[in-house]
Amino acid sequence: MDFITNIPLFTIVLSLFSGALCFLLSGKTARKYTLIYEGILTLACAAVLWYTVRTGSAFTYVMGEFPAPWGNEIRAGILEAGTALFFIVIMLCSVSGGYRFIETDLDESKTNLYYALLNLMTAALMALVWTNDIFTGYVFLEILTLTSVGVLIVREIGRTTLAAMRYLILNLVGSGLYLLGVVLLYDVTGHLLMVPMKETIAQLWELPGYHPILILATGILTIGLAIKSGLFPFHFWMPDTYGYATPASGSVLSSLVSKAYIFLLIKIYYRVIGTQIFAQMPIGRILLVLGICGMVAGSLQAMRTNNANRMIAYSSAAQIGYIYMGIGVGGGPGFLAALFHIYAHSATKSMLFLTTPRLAEVSGGSLKFRELQGSGLRDRDAGLFFMIGAFSMIGIPVFAGFSSKILFGLAAVDSGSSIKLIAVMLALAVSSLLNAIYFIRTVIRIYSAPEEGKKTKVRAHHRPGYNIPMLVLTAINLFLGLFSWMAAELVQRGLMMFG
Amino acid sequence: MIETLAINYEEAAAIILFGIGFTMLLFHRNLIKKLIGMNIMDTGVFLFLASMGYIEGRKAPIIVNGVQDTAAYINPVPAGLVLTGIVVSVSVTAISLSLTAILYRRYRTLDLDEIYELSRHQTEDR
Repeated sequence: MDFITNIPLFTIVLSLFSGALCFLLSGKTARKYTLIYEGILTLACAAVLWYTVRTGSAFTYVMGEFPAPWGNEIRAGILEAGTALFFIVIMLCSVSGGYRFIETDLDESKTNLYYALLNLMTAALMALVWTNDIFTGYVFLEILTLTSVGVLIVREIGRTTLAAMRYLILNLVGSGLYLLGVVLLYDVTGHLLMVPMKETIAQLWELPGYHPILILATGILTIGLAIKSGLFPFHFWMPDTYGYATPASGSVLSSLVSKAYIFLLIKIYYRVIGTQIFAQMPIGRILLVLGICGMVAGSLQAMRTNNANRMIAYSSAAQIGYIYMGIGVGGGPGFLAALFHIYAHSATKSMLFLTTPRLAEVSGGSLKFRELQGSGLRDRDAGLFFMIGAFSMIGIPVFAGFSSKILFGLAAVDSGSSIKLIAVMLALAVSSLLNAIYFIRTVIRIYSAPEEGKKTKVRAHHRPGYNIPMLVLTAINLFLGLFSWMAAELVQRGLMMFG
Repeated sequence: MIETLAINYEEAAAIILFGIGFTMLLFHRNLIKKLIGMNIMDTGVFLFLASMGYIEGRKAPIIVNGVQDTAAYINPVPAGLVLTGIVVSVSVTAISLSLTAILYRRYRTLDLDEIYELSRHQTEDR
């Protein structure tokens, strides 16, 4: 057994330990410690990815050496390692890109608690990505919920507390449903580990009378995770939650937390239900319809708002719709497109959430469109990064959003159903058009000359430290856009290992 | 249909409890009652698990008098799951109650709709 097989567990344990340690450190030390430890985690996840790509097979870490039907397992394949690496890089960028606002938004005595919460959140994210046991999934799902509420309420204005309360209530509904789904599946199969569970489900599916209970359990579980990740019509909490949080929190919540739930869902479809059986269930079709509704509804609501952060938050709802549409199209290409869009959207959305407060900073601290006029001229770096993010969201070639839209189209063609093809193509066209309208409107707004008599505080230079995370995110974005075939091939191989 | 329900009355009760808690959590306007609903919902799931794990006439899986036949014992995993679930539920309740306390201190009401109305009149923070 190679040493590298210990690393996945190590990432979870180190994150939990770091969370506890940051409670004891001062704010400044906690920040430095968090950056160093996230750097270590990046290297660790990269090592696992390299190992799985090189050996071409996934490995399972058996905790406490209890063999398969008992005990608890961690599993690492290309997809798990890649997602863990991606999540930790985005986390690192969010922390280093948003720390200036953490310092202004938070009381100084509390910043170490913020880093403690972020580290615990990382532990939960890592566990959700690596775990091979659906009940462990439930426990870390709740930890993720609690830490997300924590990073929301650290900014002590009444609205964030209210937003956190609503977020918490919806998440509790979602976790309750997920738990019920898990318990039902456990009762039918008698297993909690994914591999024996899948074998039992495959046998039960052939027997008469088991279809309703399996579909019911999977459906309940799906609804639970869909509520938590914000699928239409459960997306109404998004603007308040993302809009009023401190930028690092908004970035982490929109690009990592909601994506982790979807990753778990895809993992369950592949490793517990099995794609063959999932294709025979009606759930996929419902997700397709809801996904398309979300794409259109999210964009329409984004057009109506007058605040940049709320617009980006509604656009998140639309992008979650894209991902569920991919799952709904189904088959290998559909899941591939959904996973690719998880990466593309995370890289782009965190960049947007980290640049808008910088634009607001040179516009009298307001995120209203009227005040933002000309802010791209006052802070040129932030304006440029906002423009890159906006172009990627619209799906302009070279950027990541374009590749994922192509993958969605190809998946629809591959599905062999003309209704799906027409629905997906129409949805993509309408949604891209709407995206273009409100994002290009904003880009034009921030680059047009400000009205007469407005204060124009020009920020000439940023310390380079502010731009490095943005450059990393831009690089990821361009990599996903220009070398999408490479990323898609990796995801493809990862999905083969899943199944 | 009725007969199956009567045989599985524990599971039926568990699902009814889950439904009651779920509706309360989702639709009740009072925050404390919402949290009570959440606890009822979780209790429903725990009852479901516990009743599934219990088999009449079998004992806890600790070997006594050298009886090694698996048919003599129950599976301990459901009970373990219930315990884990209770721990999770307690911590979630604690966080929710502290959030409720913060909101009450600020707005002097527990009605979520009223709090929402009050927060709309608050000055724009950013």
